[in-house]
Amino acid sequence: MIDYLSNNSDVVLAALRQHVPLAFLPLLIGVVLALPVGYLGVRFGWLYHPLLNASGIVYSIPSLALFVTLPYVLGTRILSPVNIVVALSLYTLALMARTVADGLRSVDASLTEAATAMGYRRTRRLLEVELPLALPVVLAGVRVAAVSNISLVSVGALIGVGGLGALFTRGFQLFYPAPILVGVILSVLLAAVTDLVIVSIQRAVTPWSRASARRA
Amino acid sequence: MGDDTPYLLDGTHWSGPTGIPHLLLAHLGYTGVALLCGIAIALPVGLYIGHTGRGSFLAINAGNAGRSLPTLGLLMLMVTLMGLGFLPVLIALTVLVIPPILTTTYAGLRNVDRSAVDAAVGMGMRPWQVLWRVEVPMALPVMLGGLRSAALQVVATATVAASVGLSGLGRLLIDGLSVNDYGRVVAGAVVVAVLAIVLDLGLGLVQRYVVSPGVSGRGLRRRGARASAERLDPDLL
Repeated sequence: MIDYLSNNSDVVLAALRQHVPLAFLPLLIGVVLALPVGYLGVRFGWLYHPLLNASGIVYSIPSLALFVTLPYVLGTRILSPVNIVVALSLYTLALMARTVADGLRSVDASLTEAATAMGYRRTRRLLEVELPLALPVVLAGVRVAAVSNISLVSVGALIGVGGLGALFTRGFQLFYPAPILVGVILSVLLAAVTDLVIVSIQRAVTPWSRASARRA
Repeated sequence: MGDDTPYLLDGTHWSGPTGIPHLLLAHLGYTGVALLCGIAIALPVGLYIGHTGRGSFLAINAGNAGRSLPTLGLLMLMVTLMGLGFLPVLIALTVLVIPPILTTTYAGLRNVDRSAVDAAVGMGMRPWQVLWRVEVPMALPVMLGGLRSAALQVVATATVAASVGLSGLGRLLIDGLSVNDYGRVVAGAVVVAVLAIVLDLGLGLVQRYVVSPGVSGRGLRRRGARASAERLDPDLL
């Protein structure tokens, strides 16, 4: 494995460089889209359950099936990285929309009432009271979405765009485990580092929740 | 090629060893066997950790660790190490089943109201009775949620198994891609997606009717009686 790494460091680095944007761009798009969608699920209560169901359905579509179908829906080429980005954005949106909704619903009603009584209007109350208090739940969702995106990108290698997944298909074609092992380890490491970064952000932006660890 | 009949409507694609029913059965077979193996390993461990609280570090971190393992890499690594066949694929699929079952079993048990457990102990129940008559029934919604995400994960990954020479619905995708038969690719994607959605909805129904009404609040007239209870999202554990 060490031999493989030292002889092919350029290939491995190129794969990693391709992997990172394919995982993080959809994370960003999905989270940005999920904030308004999740809010609507709380603002209009009747939307909450349809939102949960729709999110469950999108989340249950196997990634490979979505990757190969999107070119027909979007009119993109099958080898285009856009397919991966759109597919992972959809998964992120599906997961995050319900997380945002659950996060906002978890905010203690007496706090929003207090904010209203202090003269906060709806928008300001949302941005300055409800959203910050929902952050622990929302960021727990971001962790999951980030980690799953990082591991899902590699499935794209089966349609020719996969970042570290390209190491898997190459190793498989040569029947040589070293590149696969390198790819798996790098993918897991990337996920672990990302997770740690999000946890640190979470600690920094929600100092009040540090005392009581909410995640069981 | 050259004919315009959609793949799914062509009768020849519905029979024989490459027909859709055959691939579907193989797909469900891989999924079922892997789920059983995963449950056989993860359920006892999860129950033990959840009931005793010992080793909770393992159960808490299994979820994220499992999600971070790249499916395709794991599958191909197993095959290059052990050779082609069902066993390496089964191992890879089983490894994916374990984390969701383990974490949700643990979290479900830990989330049970302590006073209910104390009451059960106070009534003279033995640990085994407390586990099966109090903790498991109350943890069932979360545990079944874990089973749902495990099942979906395996159905999705069993698709990928076609890339290492196995049968299953992934064949339509992989073979279709390799010969540029996009009709077949889309047909495969549609069948797989429908299978996953049907499976998810089916397990959702099971979840609804297996869980005790006293826990789910189903059939309760008072609206909002359980509405305030926080949802424990199995996908986030």
